[in-house]
Amino acid sequence: MPSIVEVQKVSKSYRRGGRRVPVLEDINLDIQEGEFLALMGPSGSGKSTLLNLIAGLDQVDGGTIRVGGVDITALSETHLAAWRATHVGFIFQFYNLIPVLTAFENVELPLLLTGLSRGERREHVELALRVVNLEARMDHRPPQLSGGEQQRVAIARAIVTDPTILVADEPTGDLDRVSAEEVLNLMERLNRESTKTIIMVTHDPRAAKKAGVTRHLDKGLLNDVHSQAPV
Amino acid sequence: MFILKLLFKNAFRRKLRTFLTLLSIAIAIMAFGLLRTVVSAWYSGVEASSASRLITRNAVSLIFPLPLAYKDRIRQVEGVTQVSYGNWFGGIYIDRKNFFPNFAVEPKTYLDLYPELILSPEQRRAFLRDRKGAVAGKALAEKFKWKVGDLIPLQGTIFPGNWEFVLRGIYRGRDENVDETQFFFHWDYLNETLRKTFPSRADRVGFYMIGVDHPNNSPIVVQVIDRTFKNSLAETLTETEKAFTLSFISMSEAIIVAIQIVSFVVIGIIVAVVANTMSMAARERTWEYAVLKTLGFGGWHIAGLLLGESLLITLVGCGLGMGLTFPAAYLFRKMVPLYLPVFQVEDETLFLGLLASLGVGVLASLAPAWRAIHVRIADGLRRVG
Repeated sequence: MPSIVEVQKVSKSYRRGGRRVPVLEDINLDIQEGEFLALMGPSGSGKSTLLNLIAGLDQVDGGTIRVGGVDITALSETHLAAWRATHVGFIFQFYNLIPVLTAFENVELPLLLTGLSRGERREHVELALRVVNLEARMDHRPPQLSGGEQQRVAIARAIVTDPTILVADEPTGDLDRVSAEEVLNLMERLNRESTKTIIMVTHDPRAAKKAGVTRHLDKGLLNDVHSQAPV
Repeated sequence: MFILKLLFKNAFRRKLRTFLTLLSIAIAIMAFGLLRTVVSAWYSGVEASSASRLITRNAVSLIFPLPLAYKDRIRQVEGVTQVSYGNWFGGIYIDRKNFFPNFAVEPKTYLDLYPELILSPEQRRAFLRDRKGAVAGKALAEKFKWKVGDLIPLQGTIFPGNWEFVLRGIYRGRDENVDETQFFFHWDYLNETLRKTFPSRADRVGFYMIGVDHPNNSPIVVQVIDRTFKNSLAETLTETEKAFTLSFISMSEAIIVAIQIVSFVVIGIIVAVVANTMSMAARERTWEYAVLKTLGFGGWHIAGLLLGESLLITLVGCGLGMGLTFPAAYLFRKMVPLYLPVFQVEDETLFLGLLASLGVGVLASLAPAWRAIHVRIADGLRRVG
């Protein structure tokens, strides 16, 4: 399978109190199309930073990142925003749903940038909510939903534009065991049935087990590949 | 539609804060409207003045009189159609606090020259017939509950003595700019009394009111009249009615400027109030803006959301404020009917209020929008949880 994500010699550092703190150094990573990759590592190892760089949320200090053949490190802020809108779906630890909007409206948000008609948007949103099995709760606002349900709405929002990659930062970090299992099963199903490429940052070994490939980051360095059959 | 819905939901997310902000804006816009209306009321005499009327007075000062004999010479000037005359009487009705403008005028020419004072034909005839007759404006008569036929006593100040008049008519204004608080009576009654009590002050008038055939001829008529009395014992100063009224207003210009400054200070206060609300809202929603940016929304989309919300709040507050301005102006007019007789909220005042609100909406959103545009996504998301 061809690589959908190519990370080459990427380095990133932050400034803290006038001091440069390196987070990632000379990182190389290839992710195949349709791969479900789990990035693991201790806190501060740089896994979320790497995820943000791949998703175009942050800028590299050095190196290049190509996603679907596009060198996103060469894109301007405006082009990067437009690129994210169509190529990346995000799933966050704390769901990050807009509290005043209903589940339906939250899922509809990314479609506002696509130029689809209202009717077409409705079709897409209903389909996405059907995939996560929340059609019946589309008129509920986030505070009226459980954590697991909110995360499923967030997944629906992430897939509604049919993006090239899905990135998930600790998607089960704020969920109980049962809800976490539901969310992971859903992500696994998306990967298996829709061949969605998923990159997931997690601390949870159970979550990592759902992924086909696990990579470990430690002190800014990427360790060996561990492949396992999906559970 | 979606965006409008989002703006509404965002604006009323913190109901108490939004309600208090709306209340502040509404009160401020009402105060702005009232202050601007006070300024307009001050200038109402100018608005009501006619372009085809001139006022001639003593060139030295208004307090020095002019000979009655000038009337016929002024009447002969080409372009002059009507000449009336009068004196500021300055009488007190029972108590000094009951102030209202009162004049002695030549009644027939005065009523002809001021057709905006509407008097019924019967009352007009009754007034012209009775040498001790007087006419009062509708607002003045209502204030003191006067009826036609009542005896009105005035205590003279400039012209000492106790004077009595019979109210023969109550006029109303042709439009809302006409002052309905004036009181006028026969100049002959004043003059005849002066002949007996102060003969040296008789046959002298305070000012002439002159009608011209066309406003375009006013500058020439002004020059001819003043030239006619040049080097006489009582030189004249003639000016348009508007200029004459403005010269009075200029005496209190400092007060008007102060009122205008305060009205704009009020707008400044709303900017601060709304900017504070918007800043708090933007700070609370930093993570939401980061999420929107993550989804592909640009900085300008977010600035647009903040601007829209700010405009929505200020315009709703402005609408409430304007709605309150009318009953407030009505109460104000009821409380001080004689000092600001023409107290109408003008369209221009409402337009200025709306313009000010739009300006407030834009200004108040600038700083929070700038911050929201420049927030880094990673920093914004870090605040979550």
